[in-house]
Amino acid sequence: MEKKIRILIGKPGLDGHDRGAKVIAAALRDAGFEVIYTGLHQLSESIVEAAIQEDVDIVGLSILSGAHMTIFPKILKLLKQKNAEHIIVIGGGIIPEEDIKKLIQMGVKRIFTPGAPTNEIVDYINSIIH
Amino acid sequence: MELLQRFLKGEKPAIARVITKIENGTDPKLLEDIFPHTGNAYYIGITGPPGAGKSSLVNAMVPKLLENNKKVGIIAVDPTSPFSGGALLGDRIRMNDLALNENVFIRSMATRGSLGGLASKTKDVALVLDAAGFDYVLIETVGVGQVELDIAQVCDTTVVTLVPESGDAIQAMKAGILEVADILVVNKGDRTGADRLIMEMKFAFELRVHNSDWHYPILKTTAIENIGIDELVSTIKSHKEYLEKSGKLETERKNKLVIRVNELIEEKIKTHLHEYVIDQKQLKKMIDKAYERKITPHYIIDEIAKKIF
Ligand code: B12
Ligand SMILES: Nc1nc2c(ncn2[C@@H]2O[C@H](COP(=O)(O)OP(=O)(O)OP(=O)(O)O)[C@@H](O)[C@H]2O)c(=O)[nH]1
Ligand SMILES: [Mg+2]
Repeated sequence: MEKKIRILIGKPGLDGHDRGAKVIAAALRDAGFEVIYTGLHQLSESIVEAAIQEDVDIVGLSILSGAHMTIFPKILKLLKQKNAEHIIVIGGGIIPEEDIKKLIQMGVKRIFTPGAPTNEIVDYINSIIH
Repeated sequence: MELLQRFLKGEKPAIARVITKIENGTDPKLLEDIFPHTGNAYYIGITGPPGAGKSSLVNAMVPKLLENNKKVGIIAVDPTSPFSGGALLGDRIRMNDLALNENVFIRSMATRGSLGGLASKTKDVALVLDAAGFDYVLIETVGVGQVELDIAQVCDTTVVTLVPESGDAIQAMKAGILEVADILVVNKGDRTGADRLIMEMKFAFELRVHNSDWHYPILKTTAIENIGIDELVSTIKSHKEYLEKSGKLETERKNKLVIRVNELIEEKIKTHLHEYVIDQKQLKKMIDKAYERKITPHYIIDEIAKKIF
């Protein structure tokens, strides 16, 4: 059996904007990936624990609430603590350019902003896994 | 070897990685290594139509099963899209209460083309959780219709979940799904029609109850309000006790091994035939002839069989 790329899409914190997360989850399914969607209002701890148990290749966070500068670093830290740094972190949402630069420096692999075409996101994921 | 050691210590990342290897079939020897450690878990299956509340029931039941320091491993199966080969695995959305519990492990699986309500590797992944030391292995099937009954070949206790919207009892009787139920649950007990469905199911079950010393209980639950859950868990435990005391646990587990071995034989022979015996070009030519009605499909099989017997 071929190996499938597995991706967890998470909505951390109190952010209720789930349209983008659902659009991405569906697009990734349609591109042939196995997508685990854990639903709204997740603790960072739950997301990291789920990512480990599901043995995903990538965690994708969708954040439109403005809390990205606390949540991304927290997820990165938890992954490190749990020896799961091999899991790639990407994300999307309402995130200003200057923050994106800082997040990339911290170890987030890539961030997509409103209007990013889903096929571009799919191509990107294929390019980093293969 | 290191992975196996961490696995046997119960480290979750190691359990997760072993599952991946088994699921992808990348390390056939791994199953040999873990198999001697299996046989200690009790397997519970939850099946029923899409949206019946299977995941919500798991979420509500597990805290009861964890009592007395028990550990629970969960496999939640969702369908792979036949068009893209991808899958959206969403059972975890309903299992939020369990996400951070140290004694719980949840793994989502996509069916990857298998049609029986489970993935073809679900049985092996259940063995992985068994070997990892979980006392209960809970398996949630995809939302099933009438014929996806693989679950009963894996689980000691199969719980079939219906809801008032599932359609009338006749439809359920027609469906093989009642035949695999050890316990029937009518969930969404808060909706109208639940009591009527229970009455109808009692009639549908009458014949089975007559012919067995297990009484095939029918329970009402409201998973999202935690109603009827204590009774469901204690009924599962009585079924376990019944199987153990009557000696059926052993006979049924041996039966399941027979079924499993037969399945594997079929798989192996099929692969062997296609790789070594059947000349694919010749087969294609014969198919063309059969299409033109010059030979029958049975003739083709006879020709292939000549090479073996
Ligand atoms: C629709 C909407 C809502 C809906 C949400 C419905 C829902 N269930 O999702 C409702 C009306 C409920 C709502 C409420 C609120 N909203 Co609002 N909302 C929007 C709006 C107009 C569009 C968001 C959207 O759905 N876009 C469509 C999706 C497909 O795009 P997307 O999420 O950006 O996703 C794309 C990319 O970002 C990326 N992406 C996103 N996630 C991910 C993840 C991964 C892994 C990857 C790879 C890519 C990726 O890919 C997607 C495709 O291109 C935005 C404004 C805007 N233009 O973005 C405001 C906006 C997000 N909302 C805002 C606010 C303030 C609120 C409220 C607080 C308003 C209030 N005071 O009550 C509440 C909060 C609700 C809550 N509990 O969180 C602000 C946020 C400001 C900020 N972060 O600094 C915005 C930016 C409006 C604004 N300009 O002020 N909102
Ligand atoms: N009213 C009511 N709703 C319920 C009950 N149990 C579950 N639900 C709701 O029914 C919907 C489906 O529940 P799930 O637990 O996801 O059902 P499922 O059988 O696991 O669904 P699939 O895995 O998609 O087949 C959700 O919106 C639940 O909140 C219940 O007892 N009463
Ligand atoms: Mg479910």
